[in-house]
Amino acid sequence: MQTIDDLQGLRVAVTGGTSGLGLALVRQLTARGACAAFVARTTANVERIAGETGAHGIVGDVGKKEDIYAIALQVAASIGPLDVLINNASSLGPVPLALLADTDCEELESALAVNLVGAFRLTKALFGALAASARAGRGAVVINISSDAAVNAYPGWGAYGASKAALAHLTAIWDAEAKPDGIRFLALDPGDMDTPLHALALPDADPSILKAPELAAAEIIEKMLDALPVRNAPTTWAHA
Amino acid sequence: MIAADRPDRYSARLLVVEADGTMRHLPRAALGALFDPGDLVVANDAATLPASLHGTHLPSDKVIEIRLAGWLSLSDPARFVAIAFGSGDHQSRTEDRPPPPALSRGDRLRLGPLEAVIERLLDHPRLLELRFLGSQAAVLAGLARYGRPIQYAHVAEPLPLWDVWTKIAALPFAFEAPSAGFALDWRMLQVWRRRAVGFSTLTHAAGVSSTGDPALDLRLPFDEPYRIPEHTAAQVARAKLCGRRVIAIGTSVVRALESAADPDGSVRAGDGIATGRIARGTPLRVADAILTGIHQPGESHFELLRAFANDHRLERASATLTACRYRAHEFGDSMLLCRQQPPPSARGA
Repeated sequence: MQTIDDLQGLRVAVTGGTSGLGLALVRQLTARGACAAFVARTTANVERIAGETGAHGIVGDVGKKEDIYAIALQVAASIGPLDVLINNASSLGPVPLALLADTDCEELESALAVNLVGAFRLTKALFGALAASARAGRGAVVINISSDAAVNAYPGWGAYGASKAALAHLTAIWDAEAKPDGIRFLALDPGDMDTPLHALALPDADPSILKAPELAAAEIIEKMLDALPVRNAPTTWAHA
Repeated sequence: MIAADRPDRYSARLLVVEADGTMRHLPRAALGALFDPGDLVVANDAATLPASLHGTHLPSDKVIEIRLAGWLSLSDPARFVAIAFGSGDHQSRTEDRPPPPALSRGDRLRLGPLEAVIERLLDHPRLLELRFLGSQAAVLAGLARYGRPIQYAHVAEPLPLWDVWTKIAALPFAFEAPSAGFALDWRMLQVWRRRAVGFSTLTHAAGVSSTGDPALDLRLPFDEPYRIPEHTAAQVARAKLCGRRVIAIGTSVVRALESAADPDGSVRAGDGIATGRIARGTPLRVADAILTGIHQPGESHFELLRAFANDHRLERASATLTACRYRAHEFGDSMLLCRQQPPPSARGA
């Protein structure tokens, strides 16, 4: 992990920030000097990771409509105009994985509520904060964490795959719409990672052949930087 | 959803009062086509805090409602000027609401998960300064989860937070919605961009517009902090240099721009406090036009319009708005009032 402060002043929010890829992102972003806020559902985990990383921890469930503006308010109040939003929180749908014909409608709905509608709602609530950053010439990026299940028809991954496919297309359309406002949208597939979510889906998978979430996080941060305006110096990110 | 899902949202209307006094009725969506290339639209991107908190005055064990009304210091976001009410809710007329329990300095209040202490009583029985106890993160989380937006008596259902954030809302800075901004959406901003009409923002802590208490209303608006980004100040300077118009979206933008104005019409970037009232006779250095909701004479928002046009013109506009049944509430119709030429120095026509 890099320990230089090359992201000093960059303002980033991450959902699902207390485990797996989200946790790796929060750790790397803060280690590199970014001003980060993260969201997760469990108070004890949020407090633990906030204490460990110094990031602003926010308790909330992006799958719940009534939580969204409370989350957005805390993100904007704690870190200000937003340079980067990473919609990482994900729901598998039925656990254990189920064929679509065996999937309850409510299970599909719960996957859509987090993976698609939750990401949409939070992005919409924070769009003004992202646009404020873009107007200041800092750029703004929304990264939606996707999956190869959004592209390939893996039996058993119906709820998750359909929700991620919808998220990927939402991302593409929003990118086309918001580019003139200076806000970019990326859907990124981090690959099969050794995370609690993957273990839930495939408990018998061999972790040694799975990607480390730390590596995936580093790759995502590089793509994030590629999508932001070129920085001349770390101070470019200093608070407006 | 009031702001987003009202079936009549797309039929909102706009009265345009030109600099020469000509009046035109337009659908509000026509705003996208109204301005000229090079003109600059400036809006307030403050998001609205959930500033109403119900709870208990611990020394008396009586119910109390606190409405946060102003920041004491932006660097200490746990301290506020607040207005206190006794029992009842927003659907009772404010003048019918019982006063709060007898308050003393040092009294504790329990407001949902939050605890606050009264630091100072001001010179009105409802007006006080308070400080929330606990860490900044805990205060913020408590406000976000427990607070409710200040409600309006004319709206039957309680307004959730998403109904009081404009489409451009960014920083949670305002105590009531900067409601003129409800007229804007992202499509309109794209139309302006295609037509080379500039768009920029500042952040102004719009305070309560009316309390229903005449004595308190006379003191409005309270001092309101604002923040003007450097790029906004640069755009204002460019528009002025090129002789283009600056259109303020709402009274809060006028207050911030004029407070930060230099005599040449440029504005100072950075943080400031807008104090006092803009009213008849106040010279406007920056704003050439204002987009506003429909307000009544006597309200502080209306009195600000007197800096743009003389009484005769405003009376004509008000009569037209009434006769044509323009809707006057926060989610209602709009008026674009261009600064009268020559400047409104007299009460006459």
